[in-house]
Order: sequence, then structure tokens, then C-alpha cells
Amino acid sequence: MAEKRLDEATNTETVGHEWDGIEELNTPLPRWWLWTFYATIVFAVGYVVAYPAIPMVNKATEGMIGWSSRGQLAKEMDAASQQRSEVVAALANTPIERLNPESPLMRAAISGGAAAFRVNCVQCHGAGAAGSKGYPNLNDDDWLWGGDIKAIEYTLIHGIRQPDADETRFSQMPAFGRDGILSSAEISDVTSFVRSLSDLEPASAAVTRGAALFEANCAVCHASDGTGLREFGAPNLADAIWLYGGSREEVAATITNSRYGMMPAWGERLDPVTVKMLAAYVHSLGGGEDFIEVAEDPEVEVDEAP
Amino acid sequence: MKPPDPQSTPDPLPEGDLIDRALVAKDANPATARKPSTPPPADVPLSLYEKHTTVHPKRIDGPFRRFKWLVMVVTLAIYYGTPWIRWDRGPYAPDQAVLIDLANRRFYMFDIEIWPHEFYFVAGLLIMAGIGLFLVTSAVGRAWCGYACPQTVWTDLFQHVDRFVDGDRNARMRLDKAPWGAGKAARRFWKWTIYLVISFWTGGAWIMYFADAPTLTREFWAGDAAFVAYATVAVLTATTFWLGGFMREQVCVYMCPWPRIQTAMLDEKSLIVTYKHWRGEPRGSLKKSQKNPDKFGDCVDCNQCVAVCPTGIDIREGAQIGCITCALCIDACDKVMKEVGRPRGLIDYATLEDCEREAAGHPPRPVIKTLMHPRTLIYFGVWSAIGVALLFALGSRERTGITVQPDRNPPYMLLSDGSVRNSYTVKLRNMQSRPREMELSIVGLPGATMWTDDMNRDSAARAIVREVAADVALPLRVYVMAPRGSEEQDFSFKVTALDAEGETDSTETAFNAPEAP
Repeated sequence: MAEKRLDEATNTETVGHEWDGIEELNTPLPRWWLWTFYATIVFAVGYVVAYPAIPMVNKATEGMIGWSSRGQLAKEMDAASQQRSEVVAALANTPIERLNPESPLMRAAISGGAAAFRVNCVQCHGAGAAGSKGYPNLNDDDWLWGGDIKAIEYTLIHGIRQPDADETRFSQMPAFGRDGILSSAEISDVTSFVRSLSDLEPASAAVTRGAALFEANCAVCHASDGTGLREFGAPNLADAIWLYGGSREEVAATITNSRYGMMPAWGERLDPVTVKMLAAYVHSLGGGEDFIEVAEDPEVEVDEAP
Repeated sequence: MKPPDPQSTPDPLPEGDLIDRALVAKDANPATARKPSTPPPADVPLSLYEKHTTVHPKRIDGPFRRFKWLVMVVTLAIYYGTPWIRWDRGPYAPDQAVLIDLANRRFYMFDIEIWPHEFYFVAGLLIMAGIGLFLVTSAVGRAWCGYACPQTVWTDLFQHVDRFVDGDRNARMRLDKAPWGAGKAARRFWKWTIYLVISFWTGGAWIMYFADAPTLTREFWAGDAAFVAYATVAVLTATTFWLGGFMREQVCVYMCPWPRIQTAMLDEKSLIVTYKHWRGEPRGSLKKSQKNPDKFGDCVDCNQCVAVCPTGIDIREGAQIGCITCALCIDACDKVMKEVGRPRGLIDYATLEDCEREAAGHPPRPVIKTLMHPRTLIYFGVWSAIGVALLFALGSRERTGITVQPDRNPPYMLLSDGSVRNSYTVKLRNMQSRPREMELSIVGLPGATMWTDDMNRDSAARAIVREVAADVALPLRVYVMAPRGSEEQDFSFKVTALDAEGETDSTETAFNAPEAP
């Protein structure tokens, strides 16, 4: 290191290095900078004492004020549920069919349901609730088990074909081909008839033969005109919507092997208010049906026509 | 002090009683020593830091000072008074003439109401303001800096407070140098209190533009106003107090970008405050020049131009960034020239080009010729074209609007009877300050009907009517259903106001459908 000396122009000491005649001034740190630096040191000491800071073998030091990120999250979650508590209590106390569609409570339920839907339902029904093959579209007006808000809530709570759930929505279509009830030629005829119900095939001899087979084997659940029966979740075969596809191959496959779509009983997993919110959301998607009070007379059925 | 001019022999001592003693009192303002032109002695370390020296401008009267008073009164009156002007807009809109209603996202200016999507009017106004600055600069130089800039106006106001409390220039300089004592402390306290009241009033007036002024004033004093109101007043009070009371010309010299931009915009055709050095130099005191009239120019070196300068510069050094062209030095110089019996205008508004012409002995050109140069005309053309376009847009805009957002997931929905349904979020905008019935209808898309989420599908129709409240956008969840076999196609939603004016608006959107099998 060269000898330190004072710079002529500024009277400042040089650091002593020289590169091709260029020297560096040893300008002292500005005072404000230095004091800020000291202040950060003092702050750091206080921080280490107050907050979790130094990693130890199993976990970090805990800090004097007992703060933890997990604790803070819990506090924020508590505050959030505190904020929601009013709506949640009101929803808990209101039977879902008594929710006024125009009320702010319904709007809150729908937006809460939209959030819960994204967490629990999109895996099968899709982000837009449009479903896919085997998973029903919840936007349309075709409901297997009923589309009023009360029926949707029931489906959500008890699920569809949920094992070990007593009140689950349950039905079982025979596997007509696999179990040898119908021959493959007969299945082909029934397929033609089913497809003719929604004008996918013109009238023919196969359709006529299929109609007789349908009346004998299928009409119990799907009704003679193929419009289905909601008590059994038997789909309407005369409409334009096919849960498992409407091509010859797909319909024949359904008749041969049957279908066994399942949905979990969400009542076991979610709290009743979340289920209500989900029902409100699904009902609001555009295909929801009006809830019709069942009259005293037990013989009178709920109107199920779309 | 200014380094000695080699051509002149300045008089070291004030002498002579022809003129008021104050007029020949040597300038003691250290601000004139701002630019050392000789290197400092070797034992003084070089420093890039320049210590601030307070400017104590002297009182002066004259045409430009009176014009400055006028501008100050008018601009301050506009600033403080505008929020209190009332304007009747009927029962559904505020009655404040100028109101920036941030909470409801509306901007009211007399008969004009602007919605957020019409912000281009504000953008256009800002562009006009920008080009207006160019235009003013090109026509009359830094007139904005000298007369209308808030920093100038408030600095001027605070300097009058100084004068009111502490007296004129010399008294203030004496007080500045005087040691602290009860008298000085009392004066300072009194002065800063006045500063603070003005600053508070300034900050307080600002928030009145953002809410109903009388209501906000009541709430403010009752402690019921929003926190942001108090915070805004506090910040603006502090900045006014600091910038107007203490920073003053330093804002113009060091902080403001505009003077820097000005240096790029001014040229030899720009009107600036100029010292006509060919007439003034070599300068000499009145006594000397009377002894040797041939040896000296018109400048009697009385330093009055420096003493009155609110930014503390010496205009005789030429155009400089600190000169805000307030022309107070012209007033001062003209007064002295009158007293010593020489023609006015030794310091005057002039272009550099005209200065050269005058120096060469040509007669001065008429003002109109100075104004009519191409740059000014081009700026004026652009500025007025934008203004006319804005006025046209304002006059022809509709106060009814519609926006449509189609659902993308799912894009379409097959219904059980085979018909296809699409969902849309439609907003009907009623920008009039009265409720209106509006009809939403489908244009195109044969056989299609629509319904909303608050009505039954059975009552679906080609057109639905809704009452839209005053000055709101009504969001509707609309389902459009087209018959079985409909193909993907474009169609339009149209809104028609069902009143005498019958304004309409429409927007095209897509109807999605499954591909034909």
C-alpha cells in the first residue's frame, strides 16, 4: 500500500491505492448514514429479542412477545370468521327453502357458495360448473334428482350412491348386457329406440322392436315415454342432454354395463352452512327450479316438470 | 458580491443624495454572490453544497407589480372560492359546481358530468394544459412561472406577510442578523402563525373539491370527517408552510423541472426579461456618469433590480434559470430611470433577436410581430384543435350506455329441449341525473329470447324493460336462449331509453353454440 496523503483540491485523505494515476478519496461516511446504520443495529438487537430469530436444533428461538406466523394466521382467520358470523348465524337459522331469492342473505350465500364450490366441487364439475362426461352440468335445466333448492341441498348433504350413508340418493340400473338380461341384438334395438326419443334416429323396424323391449325392461324407471323418474335418479332419455354421451356406441355401452355415478355425502365433510351456500350457488347458476311446497296430502307429488 | 466587471469601475461607497438613499444603498444581499466565478483559495475545500441565503425582496410598485396583484387575487379567489359555488342539478345529483366525487367515481364541473369511462376528457384537458404551457412559453416566455404558478403565488403571498410583520427589505435583513431575543422570537412566532393559518386554509380548501363543501366543513370541525380528509389537510398545510414559507425560490431553482424544460424551449424569439447591456454598460453611479457622460452607460448600478427580485438573482447577468420573469425588476428599473431622467426599458421584456436589432440601432418591432411566429401558431393550432375536438365530443356524447360481458366458462349451455343458452353480464348505464325506464332488446339472433336471473324463464322475451335509477349502471344477469340447431353467430344488445329523448346504445357480442353434428 502506498503512503496515505491528503488530496490537494479537497483536503481529504486518500485510501492509498493508485491505478494509473487515479486515486480514491477516503471520504468519511455521511453522519446521517452512520447514525442510520447504528439505528439499524439497535433495531436488530431488539428484533432478535422480541421475535423468533435464531435457528436452534429443533426450532428457532421464540422471542419475548410470543409472535408466530401461524399464530398470526389463526388470529386473522378468527377475525374473518368473526366478520362472517352474522351471515353464518342467519343462514344456520333459516331453512334453505325460506331464503328470499332477492335478499342480501341469499346474495351472501351465493358468493360464499361460489368460493366453496371452487375448493370442493370443481374437481369433477369444472370451474364453470359445466361438468363433463359422467359429471352433470349444473347450469342447465336437466336434474337427475331434482333441481329445486331443497332437493339440491339434500343431494349435497347425502351424496349420490355414497356407501354407508343411509339416506344417500341411491338407485342401480341393471347391466342388461353384462348380466345377460338382453342379447346384443336386443340392446341394439333398445339403443335405436332410446335415440329415436330425441329424434337422433328415424323410425324403423329396430325402433319398433326396441320400443317393446323398452316397455318391458326400462319403463319402470325411465317411464314409457322415456322422460325418466327423479325418485330413482332415472334420467330423462327424451331430452337433448346425455350425461354419458348420445352416440350409438355410448348408449349401447350404458345399456350393456350400466352406470354408477357417485357423489360424496358433503354433509359429512362440510358444515351445514357451507352446504347451504353451495346449494344456493348451484341453484343460482341458471337452471334452478322453484321450490314447491309439498301439500298436506302425501299423495300429491312435487311437480317435477322442468 | 458579483465579481468586478472589467469594463466598469463600480463605486465602492454609496454617495450622492439626488436619489433616495435606499436607491443607492449598496446591495448587501449575499444571494447575488451565488455564482463564484473565481476558484476559491486553495485552503478552502471544494464543496458541491451551496448554503441557502434568504432572499428579502424589496417592496416595489409599478404596472407589472399591479398585474401580479391582480393575478394573485384572481387565482387565489378561484382556488379558495370554487368549491363553494352551488349548481342546481336536480334532486339526484350533488349541487356543488365543481366536485370530484371519488367515492362515487363522478366528476362534476358545472353542467358537465364525467364518468370514469369518460376519463379521456380529463386526459384531453391535461394535454391541453401541457400544450397550453408550451403555447404560453412560446408566446410570452415564462409567464406561467412569473405570475400564475402556485409556488410563485404563495411565495409572493408569504413575502407580503414577511413585509407586513417584519417591515421591508432592510428591516428584515437587520432582523435576520439580529441575535435571538424576546422581540425577534415574538415576531417570528407571529409571522409563522400567519404562515400556518394561510397554509391551513390552503390545505383545507383542497379537500373541499372532493366532497360537499358545507357538509365537509361541518364534519371537519366536528371531528366526523374521514381520516383521509385530516391527513390531506395536514400534508398540504405542511407542504404549503414549508414550500411557501421557507423553500420559496429554491423550489424554482432546484426542485422544479419546468425551468429546466424551459431552457430547452426558449430561443432567440422568446419573450424574456432582458437587461439591455449595450445601453447599460459600462455602469457607473449617477455622480460618476454625470461627470463623464461619455464614459458610462445608462445603468447607475443602484442594484434595485436585484433588491426587488423574489428569487434573488441579478438580471444583468443575463437570462438564467432563477429568473421567473415576474418583471418586478422592470418596474424597479423604470422607476429609477424616470428619476434620473433616462428613457425607460433598460431592463425590459424583449426577445434576444429584438435586442440585437435594437443594439444595431433598428427600431423595435411591434408586439404582434413577436407573437406571430410559426412555433406559437403551431402550438395554438394544436391546442385549439384538441379543445374543439373535446367540445365536439362533449356535445355529441350520449348519456345512455351498455356494456356486455359474455360468460366464458361454460361458453354455452345445452338445455333439455335442445335449445342453446348463453349467459351475459349486461350493464345498463343511465348517466342522466334522473331515473329512466330502459328497454334492453336483442338485435339479430333469430328466434332468441332472453330472461334475467330475477325473472322466470317462462316470461322470456326479445325485449325487457327495467327502471334504472339516476346516475347508475344497472348490472343484469341475462340468459339468452336460441332455438335448437342455432349456430355460433354475432348479435347485438341494444338499450333504448324510454323517454322523450329516446337515446340508444348497442354493443355487439358473440353467441356460442355447439358445432353442428
